[in-house]
Amino acid sequence: MDIVVENLTKIYGTQRAVNNISFKVKTGEVLGFLGPNGAGKTTTMKAITTYLVPNDGDVKVGEFSIHKQPEEIKKRIGYLPENNPLYQDMPVIDYLKFVGRLQGIPSDKIREKIKEMIVVCGLEGEKHKKISELSKGYKQRVGLAQALIHDPDVLILDEPTSGLDPNQIVEIRELIKKIGREKTVILSSHILAEVEATCDRIMIINKGKIVADGTAEELRKHAQGKEILRATIEDADVDTIYSELKNLGNVEMVDIVNKNHNVFEIQSKQNTSSRRDIFRLCVKNNWVLTELMPLETKLEDIFRELTIN
Amino acid sequence: MRQIWIISKRELQSFFDSLTAYIMLIAFLGFSGLFTWLYGSDIFFVKQASLQAFFGVSYWTLFFFIPALTMRQFAEENKTGTIELLLTRPVSDWQVIFGKFLATLMLIGIALAFTLPYYYTVARLGNIDHGATIMGYVGLLFLSATYISIGLFASSISNNQIVGFLLALAISILFHFVFGFLANAAGGFISELLYYLSLSAHFESISRGVVDSKDIIYFLSIIFISLVATEAVLKKNRI
Repeated sequence: MDIVVENLTKIYGTQRAVNNISFKVKTGEVLGFLGPNGAGKTTTMKAITTYLVPNDGDVKVGEFSIHKQPEEIKKRIGYLPENNPLYQDMPVIDYLKFVGRLQGIPSDKIREKIKEMIVVCGLEGEKHKKISELSKGYKQRVGLAQALIHDPDVLILDEPTSGLDPNQIVEIRELIKKIGREKTVILSSHILAEVEATCDRIMIINKGKIVADGTAEELRKHAQGKEILRATIEDADVDTIYSELKNLGNVEMVDIVNKNHNVFEIQSKQNTSSRRDIFRLCVKNNWVLTELMPLETKLEDIFRELTIN
Repeated sequence: MRQIWIISKRELQSFFDSLTAYIMLIAFLGFSGLFTWLYGSDIFFVKQASLQAFFGVSYWTLFFFIPALTMRQFAEENKTGTIELLLTRPVSDWQVIFGKFLATLMLIGIALAFTLPYYYTVARLGNIDHGATIMGYVGLLFLSATYISIGLFASSISNNQIVGFLLALAISILFHFVFGFLANAAGGFISELLYYLSLSAHFESISRGVVDSKDIIYFLSIIFISLVATEAVLKKNRI
């Protein structure tokens, strides 16, 4: 089920939390929302779940609009809100039963569904405990279970791995990836590695506007533009190597990173590569090339560049 | 209807899980028992086979107990954020409100059912006016429904339970005796208006066994206005 967001605007007082955002998410796609705190991620997600009424614009889930058929959307959406609110005084099983029944699961199938969720989310040992007695990680799993119990077509997860330990994070990521094959998933996070690991597509939001949209690869390419290489060349004087490198055809700039160990950073001209030239130069002069590594722009750098003004 | 029932069941369960229900039942039965049978102008004192003493006590105990039951119903959901989980399910605001309303009314119903032995006992002691007694119970249910709807509204406007409790008491106290009190002090048209707004007058006329559509309309309109206001608050929170 596709999600189409059209010119979504949400104003709090005088602040535009979400400013005229439009995008589309296709079935089978996992979209990661990135952005600093207060960028508008949660607001956008709340609008998609029909919880918040936007000041302007529309969201369509499948053929249903949040303004006209919110009830239809609610049936098809699984939502894990920020901070994972739960009825603390209910036992896990009772809570899942309550949610399942509200979502319209017939009473003869509900036991089976709850069992399935307990297995999928790894809650076997905790199912009879009250939610308030669970650790944060297990609460998060209950949050996921309640979002998944009615087998929704669309999943909206607001920071699904916050508070989990590294093992659990890996498990939850695997789970999201598995679910994401057939469903439409939007998740938000400010852990960049997580978004990169789980999402097919990344969208960076800042101050209510989309500032980047694409796969991790595309974002890198876009931000990077020019090739930067890090090279260590031995058996010659630093200055000699420096001037020889500068004379190569495709090289735009050379930086000496470490004088004592002959480490350089070499930036090529737009859309060219100097890797082969550097190798040939070393062979010609009988120098030893001990390191040649392309420096990738990290997602962190892209994120910082786009969201700090 | 199914959704309302699912929500009601959970709410009722949570009253019992949190011990609120037991404390309320024990306190209500304790107070009403004490003042009906043992203390003050009790049944033996008035020497009449009538439950008027019980209705008089319940009139006061319910006034205090109901805000204590309703205070957390929306305030806690607002505070923990579970209201968001509830309202993103396929339920409408109205279903949530009715669910909570019904759960509290059921609990009061259970409490009143426990006092039926009083009725039986008094009926054995003398010639009880069955019509008046049954209408007394009906009156208590209307009274409770009114306080519950006021309580739900008070609970919905903040995320603090104490605010919910005090505001419910403050609104209820107007209907409970302030309007009646002012009606006596004022004169002319204003006095009549205030007298009509006073809950005690309507409750008394019902519990004497007199069913007047005026009284029923009075209760229903307060319930209606409070619940509509609650729905407006829920809606406003999402804008």
